[in-house]
Amino acid sequence: MNFETTIGLEVHVELKTKSKMYSPSPVAYGAESNINTNVIDFGFPGTLPTVNKNGYRLGVMVALALNAEIENHTHFDRKNYFYPDNPKAYQITQQDKPLGHDGYIEIDVDGNKKKIGVEELHVEEDAGKNTHGNNGYSYVDLNRQGTPLIEIVSKPDMHSPEEAYQYLENLRKIVQFTGASDVKMEEGSMRVDTNISIRPVGSDTYGTKVELKNLNSFNHVKLGLAYEEKRQAAILKQGGTIGQETRRFDEKTGETFLMRVKSGADDYRYFPEPDLPDFEISPEWIAEIKSTLPETASVRREKYINELGIPEYDAGVLTDTKEMSDFFDEAVTYKANPKLVSNWLMGEVNAYLNDKKIGLLDTKLTPEHLAKMINLISDGTISSKIAKKVFQETISNGTEPEEWVKSKGLVQESDPAVLTPMIMEILDNNEQSIEDFKNGKDRAVGFLIGQIMKQTHGQANPKVVNKILMTELKSR
Amino acid sequence: MISKEEILHVAKLANLKLQDDEVDDFVSQLGQIVEMEGNLADVDTTGVEPTYNMGDTNTVFREDKGIHTQTREQMLENVPETDNNLIKVPTIVDKEDDE
Amino acid sequence: MDYMKETIDSLHKKLADKELTSEELTNQTLDNINAKQKDLNTFITVNDKAVEAAKKVDEDGIKGPLSGIPIAIKDNIVTNGIKTTAASKILYNFMPVYSATVMEKLEAAGAIDAGKTNLDEFAMGSSTETSYYKTSVNPWDFSRVPGGSSGGSAAAVAAGEVVAALGTDTGGSIRQPSAFNGIFGIKPTYGRVSRWGVIAFASSLDQVGVMSKRVEDSATVLATIAGHDDHDSTSSNEPVPDYRANLNKDMTGVKIAVPKEFWHEGTHPDVVESTKKALDAYKKMGATVEEVSLPTLKHAVEVYYVLASSEASSNLQRYDGVRYGYRAKDVKNINDLFVNSRSEGFGDEVKRRIMLGTFALSAGAYDAYFKKAAQVRTMFIEELSAVLDKYDLIMGPSTTSPAFKIGEKVDDPLAMYMNDILTIPANLAGLPAASVPAGLAEGLPVGLQIIGKPFAEQAVLNAAYALQEENKFYEKIPTALKGED
Repeated sequence: MNFETTIGLEVHVELKTKSKMYSPSPVAYGAESNINTNVIDFGFPGTLPTVNKNGYRLGVMVALALNAEIENHTHFDRKNYFYPDNPKAYQITQQDKPLGHDGYIEIDVDGNKKKIGVEELHVEEDAGKNTHGNNGYSYVDLNRQGTPLIEIVSKPDMHSPEEAYQYLENLRKIVQFTGASDVKMEEGSMRVDTNISIRPVGSDTYGTKVELKNLNSFNHVKLGLAYEEKRQAAILKQGGTIGQETRRFDEKTGETFLMRVKSGADDYRYFPEPDLPDFEISPEWIAEIKSTLPETASVRREKYINELGIPEYDAGVLTDTKEMSDFFDEAVTYKANPKLVSNWLMGEVNAYLNDKKIGLLDTKLTPEHLAKMINLISDGTISSKIAKKVFQETISNGTEPEEWVKSKGLVQESDPAVLTPMIMEILDNNEQSIEDFKNGKDRAVGFLIGQIMKQTHGQANPKVVNKILMTELKSR
Repeated sequence: MISKEEILHVAKLANLKLQDDEVDDFVSQLGQIVEMEGNLADVDTTGVEPTYNMGDTNTVFREDKGIHTQTREQMLENVPETDNNLIKVPTIVDKEDDE
Repeated sequence: MDYMKETIDSLHKKLADKELTSEELTNQTLDNINAKQKDLNTFITVNDKAVEAAKKVDEDGIKGPLSGIPIAIKDNIVTNGIKTTAASKILYNFMPVYSATVMEKLEAAGAIDAGKTNLDEFAMGSSTETSYYKTSVNPWDFSRVPGGSSGGSAAAVAAGEVVAALGTDTGGSIRQPSAFNGIFGIKPTYGRVSRWGVIAFASSLDQVGVMSKRVEDSATVLATIAGHDDHDSTSSNEPVPDYRANLNKDMTGVKIAVPKEFWHEGTHPDVVESTKKALDAYKKMGATVEEVSLPTLKHAVEVYYVLASSEASSNLQRYDGVRYGYRAKDVKNINDLFVNSRSEGFGDEVKRRIMLGTFALSAGAYDAYFKKAAQVRTMFIEELSAVLDKYDLIMGPSTTSPAFKIGEKVDDPLAMYMNDILTIPANLAGLPAASVPAGLAEGLPVGLQIIGKPFAEQAVLNAAYALQEENKFYEKIPTALKGED
């Protein structure tokens, strides 16, 4: 028996706002326990929600970037359930009229292009965080309570773990390029729930859905789904049935384990939030948001290749993250040669980041400084050798390159009137090298240049030195 | 009418524990009230939009500014048990939902 | 201080003329409240910081009309640093760290919070009998209820403990106790007053209002607490008129509608008579009175109990023993904590409403109950709106009977719910509505209900003022208090 796999993904993405979705408390990752909370976040009696405009705007941005239709008439709903990190015992979400619907994400698996449908997207609030002691107690931190989230629900359009992986990769990249979220799995600003079922090929009803949890990276999603495909197929082949259950992925073994059997649908008693009015999302506002939408990675990649002459592979690397691409774009605005900027970013800069294990924005390098340094090389003010020093200084300390090169006397010496007498003197003192040169030993040239460099502390312009030296050698 | 099973199911959803005699009271009292409310079925509401919220406002947004309106000390003042600025609670049984 | 003969204006004059300081007034007020507590049980908490606040007002100087005057606050309105319980065990120790917007506004006007008045637990009830702490009594007859849920506020005003009090009204909780205690009480248009800091019962129905012996005093307080609030997205941007200055008893040409369904079967004959007498008085003043019909009214109680209980079931889920209030002892895990804290912390009536509401929202019941009720609500709103297109005011009795005996209905929830039939319409449609004393039935006060167009509080106040000036009911001293002084 051959089986067909059906996968649906629900992705929660934290939106990058200053304040929470329904309360003005600041949003910050990794802050001290309960420091960013107020009476609303604690669900105090008498408190009321207010809707964060920017949170909604970022939600619309994501929806637009995923080619979704934006709902014009909407309202918020309450999802009721008790849990210690859910202070009101209801979550304010959009169940009935989600912010956006019917979008899609394009994926490309082994050269096969395919659109994966996005059923709907809605904004909601994140819960707080629970931790568990071994002493019979648990502990609640409500800092995260109320952080704006957008939930992106796919259609059950994916048929392999690889497709799910691609969907997530592309989703992450698209959302990241809108600037609406950091989309970092490791910081929890992107979280993935998966549903997977299999059915015999040709069957017109879906198999029983199994939910997978504890998927902390895209790779785990792929591995977990692949394990689940095999597990379910093995059960069906033996004539067994799949239970409607939630399973946990174990990253050590790569296997999935039963967490709990689902006993019918949960009853969340959704109903419209009476503390908030209806919302009209005007076509004008949507158009305005659309006009501020940053270019997507693929648009930028095409532009780099076609307009700036960047090689395809390099353009791909530059558009891997929004921060890199933004950095590149800005550096180019300072009239630096795009190919050189690209080479530096992919070479020295990436090497530095890998070495220090940090991100581009964690360094003190600015696009302006990088561009200035590259321009200093291009116009011959500094040598590539000196440039490496300048780069280390700039990226480590944020030093302005032009000023620093001048103050440290690192400007390259290109003036023949200065260099010629120096070269003459060195030749006068190295008769043997001239002899060697005449006998065809090219090594002699290297030795002589070395002597000149030594005397000028490496600041002589190698091109100019070479020209003067060759002319002089040939004339002796 | 509302059955004993329904009463117990609803109590579970509401996180309320009913004593045996309370269950019977609820079955009869809620039964009466629900029966009264059932008269709504007599009204033809075809095509009528429901009214879920009131007031004359629409599309009320708050500008995105992060501000502290209370201190942590104020927020923890009413918490029955705290530990290291965290809210201390008896152990959570279904821990799987935590991220 | 006995407020029987005082008004906000008369007190303000004494304060402004320095015949009296706010400190003196506040001390006298608290002494009087404390002396009457054993009979009336109107307060859950008397504010021990009131005198301190009064001294500050004296130092800063008497300014506006409320400056230095003590006001009583229903204990479901959150007051920073003053225990707020909603008359529930589950909030027995709750100390708010913020204040309701209405409190901020009163404080800015220099009013003094005299203390927190008794109510039915979470405002769910019509008699204050569901309060965890005490049952307040009716100053006209100590064996009778003061009504509810704002029974403590109403009795405190009627007994001359304060000149005015704040109440809340979800299905009649200001108007019914006002009628039972022979005072004026107004529930403004939904959205007129901010709900920030008002402990939610039913979010789409709750509204803060004012109770006082005299219409003028409610007008002054209402103008102070009304207005838009950024904390409450359902609060209106309509400008707030100076209700007190605009008060006008001219009823010439005012069109009054009386729904025939308001003459509810079983209405006490004296209530019918008092109401008719009041309507005749309006006719004499130049108003027209015509009968109209509200056919959907017969479903109003059903709609109300489905919607109010559903919203309440969700609003009251936050009382889980985790962050504030009552936490059950000796529990093994979090689920026991939730269940035990709630089961031990809530009273029977509150549990009943939570159960009803949870049921109405549950899968399988939602469409037939919650959604259906919300649709019938729309029909009812449209029906009322059509009447108000043709008429300025809708009038009728505030209650079907005068105050009932303590213990009389406490075991019959359905009979208790039916009490609300006359007051519920204004909440379902979000309309401003008041009760003004109209006479006596068996020696107990009877109220006339006046319902206005959205944001036409002024018209409601004016009509009430006209009747007040006609019958001067405020001159009557509640019967049970007469022997005391």
